[in-house]
Amino acid sequence: MSALDELRQLRHGGVQVRKRDNKAAFWFLAPWFAGLIFITVGPVLASFLLGFTKYNLIQPPKFIGFDNFARIFSDERLHNALGVTFTYVLVSVPLQLACALGVALLLDRGLRGLAFYRSAFYLPSLLGSSVAIAVLWTQVFGAEGLINRVLSFVGIEGRGWISDPDTALSTLIVLNVWTFGSPMIIFLAGLRQIPAVYYEAAAIDGASKWSQFWRITLPLLSPILFFNLVLQIIHAFQSFTQAFVVSGGTGGPSDSTMFYTLYLYQQGFSRFDMGYASALAWFLLLIIAAFTAINFWAAKYWVFYDD
Amino acid sequence: MPAKHLGLVVIGFIMLYPVLWMIVSSLRPGDEIFRNPGLILDSLQTENYTEGWNALNPSFGTYLLNSTILVLGCIIGNLVSCSMAAYAFARLNFSGKRWWFGIMLGTIMLPVHVIIVPQYVLFSQAGWVNTFLPLIVPKILATDAFFVFLMVQFIRGLPRELDEAARIDGCGHPRIFAQIVLPLMKPALATTTIFTFIWTWNDFFTQLIYLTDPEMYTVPVALRSFVDSTVATSWGSQFAMSVVSLVPIFLAFLIGQRYLVKGIATTGGK
Repeated sequence: MSALDELRQLRHGGVQVRKRDNKAAFWFLAPWFAGLIFITVGPVLASFLLGFTKYNLIQPPKFIGFDNFARIFSDERLHNALGVTFTYVLVSVPLQLACALGVALLLDRGLRGLAFYRSAFYLPSLLGSSVAIAVLWTQVFGAEGLINRVLSFVGIEGRGWISDPDTALSTLIVLNVWTFGSPMIIFLAGLRQIPAVYYEAAAIDGASKWSQFWRITLPLLSPILFFNLVLQIIHAFQSFTQAFVVSGGTGGPSDSTMFYTLYLYQQGFSRFDMGYASALAWFLLLIIAAFTAINFWAAKYWVFYDD
Repeated sequence: MPAKHLGLVVIGFIMLYPVLWMIVSSLRPGDEIFRNPGLILDSLQTENYTEGWNALNPSFGTYLLNSTILVLGCIIGNLVSCSMAAYAFARLNFSGKRWWFGIMLGTIMLPVHVIIVPQYVLFSQAGWVNTFLPLIVPKILATDAFFVFLMVQFIRGLPRELDEAARIDGCGHPRIFAQIVLPLMKPALATTTIFTFIWTWNDFFTQLIYLTDPEMYTVPVALRSFVDSTVATSWGSQFAMSVVSLVPIFLAFLIGQRYLVKGIATTGGK
């Protein structure tokens, strides 16, 4: 295409910087700009202001200073919700990624029927966030559900996993682990990038599969692992549907499935305390940002870039 | 390595077992669901389906139609607006481009819960509650930044010489976009279509908030309301309607697998 390159240079007078297309760009980006103002960044800023008010949608917002933010520090139900959410995120994400990586390793390198397995393992991630699967989970982990039926065959007496505050959250953690398919696909794509010669050389030097995994696969895969970790943590913080359906919208039993998002929903859309809900939304944003920042900071110590 | 295959088949089977069991159970008489954890069907009963279908007023057909309208609106919105924004980011040279691009990437990570309250205030003032507008308009305004990014990546991979040649022939940006770039973007558009379909079909949170009139219910909202209004013993019809709600996802998965896998592998979707 050198001829074209030359033509272009002629047209623009040599190495001169390409002219700006501000006008065209404005029109192409017009919908996106409007979205920024009305749907994304605008509301984020607005919710900051609403956070300083008492507002129930009917009466006009009333300025109350830092009351909503102060309430965050004294609201014990919220603290419980934070505990539930942190437990959910910190337990389910590592388990989910471990499963994703484990199965990806099994599927790697020209396994016959790869496409079939990949699809089968991926399917749950598409279904996992639906109300239908939450309904299924309610039955499966119910007192007379599938799990207890199966357990009774081996003589174990089960319990109402979802109606018991000690185990309700675990059923949702299992559900999140169940959707390991999408990080698995990202792992598979990453594994394919690792040159086979590394393994061949290591095998010649007599390295076992185990040390090949720790010394070749894991370091070279660490950027992908990091990417999955950041993404899945952010996703897990936003879980809502499953806890909502399984608990009938209450976050019960005894607030044991009260995710932060569910609490926010209840404050905003059941009690119409929009001011407090806005403050909660901002606090959630800060928490997620903090987790992401910690992730990026910690990455310096364990993520390995091969370039 | 047969052991490996055996292991994978067992893991896969255990994972998919609950879903298979739900499908089989939806075709069994209601009381059998509690007794029979197996997958073998003695007889085919469709009562659960007729019962579930007509359990709410209006019937499930309305919700399927509502979800379909919503999904189509969202798909069209995303295809048009995201591809336009992506063209600008990938091909145009404008002031503050890096800055705007950074903001766009930032909004990918923005949780919906953070913006939902003021957004609800805005849309309820506009009288849009119980219409599909609060759900479709954001898509028309390219707020699914994930797809903008996906398309930017794709357009960057297209040979620039094509648009340069068209430019020399006197084409402006609208024509280059519509007649050269867009036709070459089909794989990225397909990926966007299929993800928008699945995510919108499954989305519960925003639909729950904006759709409170049963006439406007979409499938997830209706399903949840159905589950809430029935006694826990009628699992049969709940399963039947759950299966109905999953069929479109399953079909989308079968048709679009290739694009799903590619889309996730390049940009890391859900």
